[in-house]
Amino acid sequence: MLILKVLFRNAFRNKLRTGLTLLGITIAILAFGLLRTLIGAWYAGVEASSATRLVTRNSVSIIFPLPHFYKDKIQQVNGVKTVSYGTWFGGVYGEEKNFFANFAIEPRSFLQLYPEFVLPPDEKEAFLKDQKGCVIGKKLAAKFRWKRDDIVTLKGTIFLGNWDFVVRAIYQGRDKDTDESQFFFHWNYLNEIQKKTLPGWTDQVGYYMIGVTRPELAGDVAVAIDRLFKNSLAETLTETEKAFQQGFVAMSGAIVMAIQIVSFVVIFIIMAVVANTMAMTTRERIGEYAILKTLGFGGGHITALIFGESLVITIMGYLLGVAATFPATKIISNELGTYFPVFNIERETLFLNFIAALCIGFVAAIIPTWRAIKIRIADGLRRIG
Amino acid sequence: MAIPLAYNFRNLWTRRLTTLLTVSGMALVVFVFASILMLAEGLQKTLIETGSFNNVVFLRKGSNSEVVSGVTRGQASILQTFPEIAMGPRGQKLLSKEIVVLVALNKKGSDKPSNVVLRGMDENSLFLRPQIRLVEGRLPRMGSTEIIVGTNIARRFKDIGIDEKLCCGMRDWRIVGIFDAGNTGFSSEIWGDEDQFMQTFRRSVYSSVIFKLRDSSEFENVKSRIEGDPRLTLEVKRENKYYADQSEIMAKFLRILGISLTIIFSLGAIIGAMITMYSAVANRIAEIGTLRALGFKRRDILIAFLLESLLLGFLGGVLGLFFASFMQLITISTMNFQTFSELAFSFSLNSQIIYMGMAFALIMGFVGGVLPAIRASRMIIVDALRAV
Repeated sequence: MLILKVLFRNAFRNKLRTGLTLLGITIAILAFGLLRTLIGAWYAGVEASSATRLVTRNSVSIIFPLPHFYKDKIQQVNGVKTVSYGTWFGGVYGEEKNFFANFAIEPRSFLQLYPEFVLPPDEKEAFLKDQKGCVIGKKLAAKFRWKRDDIVTLKGTIFLGNWDFVVRAIYQGRDKDTDESQFFFHWNYLNEIQKKTLPGWTDQVGYYMIGVTRPELAGDVAVAIDRLFKNSLAETLTETEKAFQQGFVAMSGAIVMAIQIVSFVVIFIIMAVVANTMAMTTRERIGEYAILKTLGFGGGHITALIFGESLVITIMGYLLGVAATFPATKIISNELGTYFPVFNIERETLFLNFIAALCIGFVAAIIPTWRAIKIRIADGLRRIG
Repeated sequence: MAIPLAYNFRNLWTRRLTTLLTVSGMALVVFVFASILMLAEGLQKTLIETGSFNNVVFLRKGSNSEVVSGVTRGQASILQTFPEIAMGPRGQKLLSKEIVVLVALNKKGSDKPSNVVLRGMDENSLFLRPQIRLVEGRLPRMGSTEIIVGTNIARRFKDIGIDEKLCCGMRDWRIVGIFDAGNTGFSSEIWGDEDQFMQTFRRSVYSSVIFKLRDSSEFENVKSRIEGDPRLTLEVKRENKYYADQSEIMAKFLRILGISLTIIFSLGAIIGAMITMYSAVANRIAEIGTLRALGFKRRDILIAFLLESLLLGFLGGVLGLFFASFMQLITISTMNFQTFSELAFSFSLNSQIIYMGMAFALIMGFVGGVLPAIRASRMIIVDALRAV
């Protein structure tokens, strides 16, 4: 207990310097936590996807559609329970910066396949009955202040023209990582309009979503589906939803990598700052260490004193930083909700933060300790300031 | 008389470890700052250099990239009658009708699929893009299933090389050449005969029509003609503008990310500088008193300490930029959100980034040093001299 008291007293002998160092560590821990959370947000789609659902797309690439009649064929494959399908609509509300994901889907099978989208029963009924109806996420509704029965107009970038929808239902996410900022509407609506405007492009879907009867069958079902359409005009590629989402993340992998590297750079920056503080502290106290040595305290004691002081500072900074991370995340998730619909702090981040704080504390103390131990008593006593 | 600069240098040298740590903290901040700006700059430079000012691109109205655009054969024929089109060496009109589709290919190393642009070209496409140079093999014969690939594709994707076969759309495409388009987006594309692609991918419309203006100033004429003709539900842009627009969101994202990161980091580095300068002042109270007693003014002391702190910032800036300049050797390849396809680009340093990085470093030094310097200059001579 006494040693702890000594460490604290020592740490706060120069209040200004320790205060500044603490602030620095707090900022670093905060930045590190936020960056890790940002990377987590990037992978949120992967985390939220299920390994028991399959996605079938055109094998050439995702921009090529699949014929609508594949649905019945897929349904016949052994082990397939539900088949649903959708098309990326790519509509824009007003300006391009108001981006949100919007899909045309087959509503009944879709809601069956995705139980994590929770709709009140009466709203669900209203949505199913109205071909112009749409379901929107809670966050999206809050962002644009859309209520039930509002009319929303999207401008198509892939499917030209202005498209009117009626908000019939607002869904809530069942899990914490469910994306609550998406927009779904009836695939039939899209298809019927296409029949009038672009007759050559009808009865096409972007991808199929498939639920299997037992999770362990997923692999076999995927192979069976792809074999079914081999050598057809539109060959398919079926993978688990997780792999499908991972593919998207992997495409922007270089940026995730850059953020990851940068999140470690901040640790180095702050390591330099703390090491600086410790270097100055020990330089000032060289005389004291010499006295301690004279009294018979060994190198081990001095090492413990310097390392302990360094750790006291970094761990306090860690606590402050973590305390600041929570409100900061809240602010950011409000500001950047458009790009990152799911923005949660993971337990692993806090743990990594702690490791980082310990590392900073240790590394920063190494050189100063080495200097303090090596100095000879006579030299230490002779030195001033 | 001002305090000589040598005083500052010597002082920094005496406290080598502290100086080194402070400078390296600042250098890291400048490094991150410069690198991210270089990344955004590289992306934009690549896409801007892809297009040329004298070429014009026609896309379907409302579509912002070639991937989702469509120009019918009828519309293309109308465009062909425009008088503003430049003539080629054989007397032909320099207009090309192109088709763009995305195919998923597997990357080397990670084996992860990524979307690559497949561009169907006709005999005029290469006249419109003089930056394209064949580095290996030969050009594809029109009317055959032969293709050429960009250098960045050849380098980064699996099983791409001369005489390799690429399989998509139930056909085998033979790679007969590798082309280099310098630092442009075309280096990340695959080119082949447009008619073959249209048939294979069952497209009945072109993705875009591109022609070269015979006189650069006639762009407005073309634009007003397009807008006045109800048959042409098209949009026209200069080619360089079209590609510049594609880099906008991504470059903005990178810049915002970069600037917000560095602001947070710079707080850390400023604190580092402040700690150093405060202790520099605290350790030299007697010295400051002596200087004052010798007749140096308060202002001189203030300037001396500020200079010392700016010197720290300057060293940090030079070091950071020095290491950042090596980043130019690195090429990264990622998906452009706007076109949904792979694009390779390198970090690119320009004088503006150097100025900004240097200014940033000096600001960090200044902010870190100003409070300690004021404290130093406010000291009372007698008290300062009495201090041990």
